Amino acid sequence: MSAPPAAAEAVEELAPGVTDAERRADRRVLRRRATLPYLLLAPGIIWLVAFFIVPMWSIVSTSVETGSTDTGFELSWRWANFGDVWHNWKEQIIRSLEYSVMCTVFCLLLALPLAYFIAFKAGRWKNLLMALVVAPFFTSYLIRTLAWKTILADDGWVVHTMNTLHITPLLSGMGWTYSDNSVLQTPFSVVCGMVYNFLPFTVLPIYTAMEKIDPRLHEAGQDLYASAWATFRKVTFPLALPGIVGGTLLTFIPAVGDYTNAAMLGGPKTRVIGTVIEQQIIGTGGNLPYGAALSVMLMVGTLVITLAYIKRAGTEEIV
Amino acid sequence: MSVVNWFRKHVIAIVAALIFFFLLVPNFVVVWMSFNKPSGKYNVKWEKFSLDAWKNPLDDGILHDPLMLSLEIALLATLVATVLGTMIAFAIVRHSFKGRGFVNSVLFLPMAAPEIVMGTTLLALFLNTFGVDFLGFKSILIAHIMFCVSYVVITVKSRLNGMDPMLEKAAQDLYATPWQTFWRVTFPLIAPGIGAAALLSFALSFDDFIITEMTAGSSVTFPYWIWNAVQKGIPPQVNVIGSLMLVITLAGIAVAEVPKWLKTSKAR
Repeated sequence: MSAPPAAAEAVEELAPGVTDAERRADRRVLRRRATLPYLLLAPGIIWLVAFFIVPMWSIVSTSVETGSTDTGFELSWRWANFGDVWHNWKEQIIRSLEYSVMCTVFCLLLALPLAYFIAFKAGRWKNLLMALVVAPFFTSYLIRTLAWKTILADDGWVVHTMNTLHITPLLSGMGWTYSDNSVLQTPFSVVCGMVYNFLPFTVLPIYTAMEKIDPRLHEAGQDLYASAWATFRKVTFPLALPGIVGGTLLTFIPAVGDYTNAAMLGGPKTRVIGTVIEQQIIGTGGNLPYGAALSVMLMVGTLVITLAYIKRAGTEEIV
Repeated sequence: MSVVNWFRKHVIAIVAALIFFFLLVPNFVVVWMSFNKPSGKYNVKWEKFSLDAWKNPLDDGILHDPLMLSLEIALLATLVATVLGTMIAFAIVRHSFKGRGFVNSVLFLPMAAPEIVMGTTLLALFLNTFGVDFLGFKSILIAHIMFCVSYVVITVKSRLNGMDPMLEKAAQDLYATPWQTFWRVTFPLIAPGIGAAALLSFALSFDDFIITEMTAGSSVTFPYWIWNAVQKGIPPQVNVIGSLMLVITLAGIAVAEVPKWLKTSKAR
């Protein structure tokens, strides 16, 4: 890594008649300046490569091992592990996709009005309201998820109200719950917990994108006789689109691998891919290569989605 | 008719209020249930008001070790991740270098990978290279530093981007050495960004469960303890600690926001 030639020429030009020793010293300074960014980057990037990129190779090699917990596992390049796990846990894999898509859609439906309100209507309360959006983060999320057990309990007021409004029979009719007077341990309670946990991830990028929009553009839309809805659809929505894409990605990806909501608010019928991976990898009697193979499938799936997104929007905007 | 008009005018505010209610209600439930005296093992149903849990927040010391482990890991992970991330942010904002696309991808991917993938891949690496005995404090710390760095970079980067580079030029014109320029001019200006990044790292690390579960071996952090206790029943003491965390955060927000808010309201 030598000093860029342009810079070296500049030294010659700016300081004619200096001794060679001085010139060498100047070049040394420039060279140090050119290496500085790499020195700043090195520790952190090496850490990320060693403990994020390299492990991806480890998991692939583990996923094609055979053996058992008692005899140990050895690398036998058994790619059929992937066929096995798809065959065994197809149901859970598809369910994870269903739950995370539903979660992302509901999060978006809630995040749009919330971000819109904070960005355009909240005035000087803006920062305070955004702080309230992220404040829940600062109490352990497992405790907060457990709180939904209290909120959605069979004899709680939420379920009573839903009964009175005939929402519970509607939910069970749609197959989201299993009985008319209980909502816990069902897809409904799991998705509800997921929406609650991931909503801030959807709101933050959408808010950031909306906040940059000049409010005068709304006035212009209204001056041209567009209704409030048309202004939102034709002006706000397209301008907020990078935030919407980012927000949905940041919601969908963690949601598809999450198993805490499915375990804490769900039941035996709501097991997802994360539940299976957890059991295969650290549960007793699990099969480490099977867990690894499922994890590789999840990793490749989300990587494809993410790379497609990066290609579209560029990382500089998100990072 | 006027009711309809009023509703049409405020519909977005009403919807936003309902969503805030949805977001904040579990926090109130956590605090509320910390004053409960459950008759059985499960603290799910409200029974009787009591201060017992608040008088004995560590549940006779049962929670001491998991809490201390989580605090220790969170502090160390925050320290290392903040230093590494701040250095990267400086390189990205202030310097030109080759491989910017690679650096951006390496920073972005950990934020876009499902936690369980990061946890299982790291576990596979540790098992394949170091063996089971490596799992514990060290492996959890390595993992937490890894996922905190990217968040530090974004937070510090946005602060650096908002800073006028002319201030540093001015310092140099006044014969400040690069070292003096950094500590007397740059650092004080971006300190709030670094502070925010450190707070975020601490919160992420302290609250992390999925990656921790995969890399912990037989060590038990506070969230891991809660996870294990779910089946056996969570004592109200866990709610006490959750409430304390909330109070500390809200106090922090108040300290940061109220002076700004007072300033703007005076200006108007």
